[in-house]
Amino acid sequence: MIAIRNLKKRLGGKQVLDGVDLEVRSGECVVVIGPSGTGKSVLLKHILGLMMPDQGSIEVNGEEIVGRKERELNQIRKKFGMVFQGAALFDSMTVGENVALALREHTDLDEQAIERRVVERLEWVGLKQVEQMKPASLSGGMRKRVGLARAIAMDPEFILYDEPTTGLDPIMSDAIDRLMRDLQRRMNVTSIVVTHDLGSAFKVGDRIAMLLGGKIIFNGPPDEVRQTRHPVVRQFIEGSSEGPIQPV
Amino acid sequence: MEQSIWVSGTRYVGFKVTHWVSEVGRVTLMYGDMIRSALGKLPSYRVTIDQMGAIGVGSLGLVIVVSLFTGAVAAVQAAYQFSNVVPLKYLGAVILRSTIIELGPVLTALVVGGRVGAAIAAELGTMKVTEQIDALRAMGINPIRFLVLPRVFAATVMLPVMTIFSDAIAIIGGFLVAVLTIGVSPGTYLNSLKDFFYYKDLFSGLLKAMCFGNIIGTMGCFYGFSTEGGAEGVGIATTRAVVASCVLVLVTDYLLASVLFRIIFSTS
Repeated sequence: MIAIRNLKKRLGGKQVLDGVDLEVRSGECVVVIGPSGTGKSVLLKHILGLMMPDQGSIEVNGEEIVGRKERELNQIRKKFGMVFQGAALFDSMTVGENVALALREHTDLDEQAIERRVVERLEWVGLKQVEQMKPASLSGGMRKRVGLARAIAMDPEFILYDEPTTGLDPIMSDAIDRLMRDLQRRMNVTSIVVTHDLGSAFKVGDRIAMLLGGKIIFNGPPDEVRQTRHPVVRQFIEGSSEGPIQPV
Repeated sequence: MEQSIWVSGTRYVGFKVTHWVSEVGRVTLMYGDMIRSALGKLPSYRVTIDQMGAIGVGSLGLVIVVSLFTGAVAAVQAAYQFSNVVPLKYLGAVILRSTIIELGPVLTALVVGGRVGAAIAAELGTMKVTEQIDALRAMGINPIRFLVLPRVFAATVMLPVMTIFSDAIAIIGGFLVAVLTIGVSPGTYLNSLKDFFYYKDLFSGLLKAMCFGNIIGTMGCFYGFSTEGGAEGVGIATTRAVVASCVLVLVTDYLLASVLFRIIFSTS
């Protein structure tokens, strides 16, 4: 379980997070939606301890991560897998080496076991015979899948997705959404997905939370989001430029 | 009007000094992190060997060309300055000592610093702006141990190796010019080398090279890790890494020369 309480962060003179409260129960998939630049990715980076808040608390399975030393955070991070917006694959390594990296660094598995795990995780995300390819030769969708295979290589308890479908065509977006649901079921992980792709949010989320003005202004199951009369949420899901949210 | 120029000038100087002090502090912190991470777990053997290859083998061609002509120019300049003052039988000795004490380590560091410092800063800078360094941290991998340590170690080890090559090639360049164009006999040149070779000179040159390698690796990594923004940020980081490496190499050269030749070797 992840519990975020009164999280505040100021960046470049702007209050990006202004008292975020969010709870993600074990085995649940929570989607955080909101316009671009509202601090969704910043929120994910705080959960992993990649950024430290000015105020507030983040508990992972009851363990406080704010204020922890980098060495202690590294132990907590082993429970997480993160899929970055641009996949963030290591250019100098092959696909296989990317997926195997955490296994080589953190486990005592022998090379054969690591290779088997790499092939298995790549197959889970629908990729075969790509271990020797370099990230630069992959399409956008394949890169996202490799990023996902790398995130699940260590059997994480939590997976964080940063804009997993951004920049993909609708068919590939749907394929990634299905993949996220499959993994959710297969691995029984707790997931947080940050996106502004509402189609994706409704497909994968058990709950949808909307971040705006540095706060979670709405939090509920997808059906509740569809039926809400909350003017800000309505404007966002209808994709209208007229309403309380002013386009910047 | 005049006062406002003074005020803005003072502010500018103040800003620059503060910025410089802050950078020195951040480099020191990164260096501290590097030492701590080295004490915890050794860097990846494969990454370190790859880096040694990239720094050493990758720079060899450039070092050979620069060193050959450095030795050749040293021979021409020395012969000109010896005219009617010093016998040409000492030409080999002058080329040998100036090369192994000063020219070899410094020119190798400037050449390799330009090439390798820029490459390291550009690679790490690109990794920073494409979130690859965040990805490493997200996987619980210390980027200082995984990325910085192998590069700084490889540069520190490979600079002395490159300097030995550079010294040898420069002395050969000097030999060719001395024998073919100045008229010094091969035997005279070689005897001069033999008579005036001191281990302390070689030691000084290699110690300098080791320090220069450490500076080049550290500056490349520091500015790579400090990259902000996109392609423009990578370009700025690369330029800063090269400028800082070159300036620090020359400053350190003076400091080491003072310590080595005025204090340590002054009485021997």
